[in-house]
Amino acid sequence: MSTPDSQGAKSMRTPLGRVRNLGSSHSGTSDFWRQRLTAVAMVLLILPVIVVVMMLLGRNQAGAAQILGSPLVAIILLLFIVASIWHMKIGMQVVIEDYVHGEMVKLAAIMANNFFSVAVALASIYAILKLSSGV
Amino acid sequence: MVEFALPKNSRITGGKAWPKPAGATQTREFKVYRWNPDDGKNPSVDTYHVDTGDCGPMVLDALIWIKNNVDPTLTFRRSCREGVCGSCAMNIDGQNTLACTKSMHDVKEGAVKVNPLPHQPVVKDLIPDLTNFYAQYASIEPWLKTTSPTPQKEWRQSHADREKLDGLYECILCACCSTSCPSYWWNSDRYLGPAALLQANRWVKDSRDEATGERLDNLEDPFRLYRCHTILNCAKACPKGLNPAEAIAELKLKMVERQV
Repeated sequence: MSTPDSQGAKSMRTPLGRVRNLGSSHSGTSDFWRQRLTAVAMVLLILPVIVVVMMLLGRNQAGAAQILGSPLVAIILLLFIVASIWHMKIGMQVVIEDYVHGEMVKLAAIMANNFFSVAVALASIYAILKLSSGV
Repeated sequence: MVEFALPKNSRITGGKAWPKPAGATQTREFKVYRWNPDDGKNPSVDTYHVDTGDCGPMVLDALIWIKNNVDPTLTFRRSCREGVCGSCAMNIDGQNTLACTKSMHDVKEGAVKVNPLPHQPVVKDLIPDLTNFYAQYASIEPWLKTTSPTPQKEWRQSHADREKLDGLYECILCACCSTSCPSYWWNSDRYLGPAALLQANRWVKDSRDEATGERLDNLEDPFRLYRCHTILNCAKACPKGLNPAEAIAELKLKMVERQV
């Protein structure tokens, strides 16, 4: 519920006033567009990523570092991480907006979603770069 | 959080079973939602038997027969009885539709279950409170908006441009689509719902209208427009065979078009 009014005060408001509420936020299209953009990117990237994962199967760290040492392999994996985590972050935000209605809980959940997504993305990117550069 | 169970005072308890009509050779069983705001009781589902030999084929015919012959307290909206006014929208056999155009013989087995439109406050029996729904329709400002000087005659429109309104202008605002939409159930305070958005698209697509950008501005909102997740219950429910989900997709496409 976005209206901070109490139940009693809410009933005094006109129905149109309640619907208009705080007005349109003039946003949402960029998230909508980016969700489609990252979806298409993942469709293109998923096959190369599966090939890389198959190649990595059963190898030790040295073997994995050798494969990831190829710039092409590392860049494919990095692109996939960026696209998928961006997609995940937007998707999770949509779920939160759908189902979490308390304003404070919603803000906290969206904040946690952002923190989690950035942390997972950075950890994945760090791991790929570390293995790829062999440092 | 989202409500997954009805509040205590909305849970259905018991219900009266009315006797079969005497002398009827063929009857059909109806299970109808009842709630009276005045008696302080929970809602119930009453069982009626309709004499199909004495009654028209549609569910609305049966409800009118019940009201005339069995139980005059049964309350529902109806007017045109031919799918034009949208008054008798209700949930029949689990599907939102118009009682006047839904044949009771389309319900293949068992009793015909009749409930009010889902997830709206109930005024009485089968009558939902659609105040919010109508206010959402008003909020999209469903009238021609122009700044050019008004012509001496009518605002002109080509045949091709007129055809673009087909599939939109036929909407009768019965609320079958909006009240079938889970996204509308969870967020009807902020999401405009399929009916209002289809109507919004009707004015966005009207070649005579000069406020297209302003209309899109008012819709561009994560809640007003982007709660549609193409569940498509709306298209399945529409008794006029329209596709509100497609209309919403067209709106989203226009949003992207003017930005990307």
